[in-house]
Amino acid sequence: MVEITDVVCSLCGCVCDDITVEVEDNKVTKVKRGACSVGKSKLMGHNRIKSPAIRVNGELKDCSYDEAIKKAAEILAASRRPLLYGWSSTVCEADKVGVELSEELGAVIDNTASVCHGPSVLAIQDVGLPSCTLGEVKNRADVIIYWGANPAEAHANHMKRYSYVSKGFWTEEGKKAKKLVVVDVRATKTSKMADVFLQLEQGKDYLVFSALRAILYGHEEVVPDEVGGVSKKDLLETAEMMKGAKFGATFFGMGVTHTGARQNNIVNAIQMTRAAHTHTKFTITPMRGHYNVAGINQVCTWETGFPFAVDLSRGYAWYNPGELSATDLLIRQECDAALIIASDPGAHFPGESIKHLAKIPVIQIDPFPNPTTEFADVVFPAAVSGVEAAGNVYRMDNIPIRLRKLIDSEYPEDEAILKRILDEVRAIKEKEDK
Amino acid sequence: MAEVLIKNGVVYDPLNGVKGEKKDICIRDGKVVESVKNPKVIDAEGRVVMPGGVDIHSHIAGGKVNSGRLFRPEDGRKGLEAKTKVCRMQSGYSVPNTFAVGYRYAKMGYTFVMEAAMPPLAARHTHEELVDIPILDNAALPLLDNNWMTMEYVNGGDIDLLAAYVAWIMKATKGFGVKIVNPGGTEMWGWGKNCSLNDNVPTFDVTPAEIIKGLAEANEKLEMPHSIHVHTNMLGHPGNFEITKETYDLVKGVNTVKDRQVMHTTHTQFHSYGGTNWGDFESKADAIAGYINQNDHATIDIGSIILGDTTTMTADGPMEYNLYQITGRKWTNHDVELETGSGITPFLYSGKSPVNTIQWAIGMELALLVEDPWKIALTTDHPNAGPFIGYPILISMLMSQKRREESSADMHKVIYDKALLPSIDREYSLYEIAIITRGMTAKALGLHEHGKGHLGVGADGDVAIYDMSPEERDAGKIQKAFLNTKYTIKGGQIVVKDGEVVATPDGKTYFVTPECDDTLTDEMLVKLKDKFDHYYSVTFNNYPVQDDYVPNPYEIKTQMRG
Repeated sequence: MVEITDVVCSLCGCVCDDITVEVEDNKVTKVKRGACSVGKSKLMGHNRIKSPAIRVNGELKDCSYDEAIKKAAEILAASRRPLLYGWSSTVCEADKVGVELSEELGAVIDNTASVCHGPSVLAIQDVGLPSCTLGEVKNRADVIIYWGANPAEAHANHMKRYSYVSKGFWTEEGKKAKKLVVVDVRATKTSKMADVFLQLEQGKDYLVFSALRAILYGHEEVVPDEVGGVSKKDLLETAEMMKGAKFGATFFGMGVTHTGARQNNIVNAIQMTRAAHTHTKFTITPMRGHYNVAGINQVCTWETGFPFAVDLSRGYAWYNPGELSATDLLIRQECDAALIIASDPGAHFPGESIKHLAKIPVIQIDPFPNPTTEFADVVFPAAVSGVEAAGNVYRMDNIPIRLRKLIDSEYPEDEAILKRILDEVRAIKEKEDK
Repeated sequence: MAEVLIKNGVVYDPLNGVKGEKKDICIRDGKVVESVKNPKVIDAEGRVVMPGGVDIHSHIAGGKVNSGRLFRPEDGRKGLEAKTKVCRMQSGYSVPNTFAVGYRYAKMGYTFVMEAAMPPLAARHTHEELVDIPILDNAALPLLDNNWMTMEYVNGGDIDLLAAYVAWIMKATKGFGVKIVNPGGTEMWGWGKNCSLNDNVPTFDVTPAEIIKGLAEANEKLEMPHSIHVHTNMLGHPGNFEITKETYDLVKGVNTVKDRQVMHTTHTQFHSYGGTNWGDFESKADAIAGYINQNDHATIDIGSIILGDTTTMTADGPMEYNLYQITGRKWTNHDVELETGSGITPFLYSGKSPVNTIQWAIGMELALLVEDPWKIALTTDHPNAGPFIGYPILISMLMSQKRREESSADMHKVIYDKALLPSIDREYSLYEIAIITRGMTAKALGLHEHGKGHLGVGADGDVAIYDMSPEERDAGKIQKAFLNTKYTIKGGQIVVKDGEVVATPDGKTYFVTPECDDTLTDEMLVKLKDKFDHYYSVTFNNYPVQDDYVPNPYEIKTQMRG
């Protein structure tokens, strides 16, 4: 038995890196400390795709990696409008090969941000993002706001490691000396811990951000008695709490990015932060979901210039979310082949786009079977990053951390599979050129 | 053995005192040699030949550069170029993508670029991007001035322990030298505040002046190739030239065994301001240049303005907030626990603005008023004062008073009474241009000892051949020649020919590993590990940059003086 410390979790955007595990006979046998229950389950391992496979007459038939690589490359090389999507639950090294493959194919490359914090990216492109690392929040923040986010269940270690429950340099008393504000449409495990819980009506976030902005800028007289289901009294109390903070930190989640005014919600959330900044230090940070969704945004940006929804069919990068995100392309029935890696559009995309995805040839690379596997035509099992493969990831605050390899895998890494597909595509194209 | 012979060129190699001599350059296996036997011959036909350019200060890779790209798709769209058989896709003007950074620098004849600010906690990010920049050799300066460890050791006067910490950070980040940015001010920005040179930083009970002096002493104890590299306090504030001068005085008595300055101050244009507000704002380039002329312990780079739109970015968080308040444009900020911060905001330098006009003049004034070009480097603090792609404009300006006169006439009329530029008739020679773009910069970084910035035997085979005769005086033609080389040769390989990139070898990353006494390191580590146990959000063991991130390493070892 070997004990491994400083293990980095490859589940959510928290990227906890202080986990200790026990390994015996090339298996993680125990997660001793540091991980939440979901992270623990991932580290311990579960149901895997067993073999590469190609769909023949409606059934996935096991095959060799060589056969699957050949088939995948043929599909992609023959495609006139390929879509390469996912990239958030793998490492940056694989993402880089993904961009290169997209460039070679003239494909559209998109990542899960487009159905997640894509609206946040649009808002940042509009107004910027006054933010900080999670350790800053831990050491300084005495007022924490979670808006449209339920970390107690979705990012289970977030409060403990970085925010409300953590103890840092100027916050050594922990939550006793902090205030927690939760804004949500329903009571949650997180809201039960809050000093102030603002329960607003579905889709009214924009109005409530506006009301708080007005109060923070000294225009409380324009705020009516009730805004989006929240009383003016509660809004005034919240604004006072924000003004009185030594250091305030807002975290926001899917509850604001994909409801009502979408990206305009986030613009307003950021403007509220700027308003609070006229009184005291205030920051705002998106609660990124997948452990490396921040990373694919980083890689895609430094290589193409743009973070998601990038069309490379012109030879240079053309960025236009709303036209070029995966769901846009699928709903228009525009793409004629797709490579899906480290994500599950089968479970998360709107029905109409899944319908088109089911019609076209789909290549899937993933350690785990999921609803996308049900209609994938070529399937590659891959090593689990963070357990069976090392690599770089970016935490939700864009701090880069290297995942550790804990055990050997019988499956190749994402990066290796993609490189082989790229080589094969190039070989096909070279032949065609001749 | 790959051999290259560059013949019939007119060579400017200042570190070897070669002032425009007709001279052959021989390269074998990537290095300059005495002679070659069976070379590929490049006939330079009387063109200007210089060592590959060495940029001492540019923001090309890392978290804030990429945040700049991410939040400015409008800038990304300005520089779109399709992939070719050799090159990958390009985007961006003030914040080009990694591929464009490599190609565009190489086309200007540059072969080494220093990334000027690397937050230690995010060092992996900087290296991930450096690896993705083709052709250029590179290095990065870790930020060390707002670090709690630094301030605590400065407060205790423990310079040896401070040196042990600096050594550890260099190794942990694969960094090259000590970067200082608004010392104390960025920590105070953690609370939304700022400070000046002699203000006390609460909690840590130190002044920025003490931080600078402490780090200068630690740097020299470690015998680092480069001096401390300083962005002084109060960047961009009217009247800040006094603080800049006072900063130079701080390290006047610091000794070094190296043959170089003990302090390099960067983008000095932003720190040479007179007046008390934006109304009576004026140039104090003469005061700063006067100081540099009279003293030998400090060097500067100019950080000269390129007119037009750009993306400003710095670890100086409060400065970017001030700038955003002036413009009302978008603003991103990212404070980094226990270490540093950063801010980013777009900015338009307009010749119609009196303030921008004076700023535009100051950068060039510094270059023209500092008498000894070995004390000054050409930069735009890319992209803060403008993108690096503007260097050829600046070169043509420095070489042509006529061009400066013509350009001044298009600026706000304030240039004739609040700036000095119109009264200066000095013109740079090609030899002086070679000094401020390669000789001086390589020497100030200590890289001349590692084959950079010159063409002596043993030097790297990095050569720029500009498509112009040494007699050329037409500013437009000079600018054009410096934008796209006839040839750029990197490590003996032709990477640019007739202004087109023809090969994209990987660059090397230079980093310094200072060694110091184990007992000293052990004592330092007790304090450092306590920081990780209680205050950092990553663990001590996950913090250092792994070797995987620097696949093409060039290590420089140093030993701490007892």
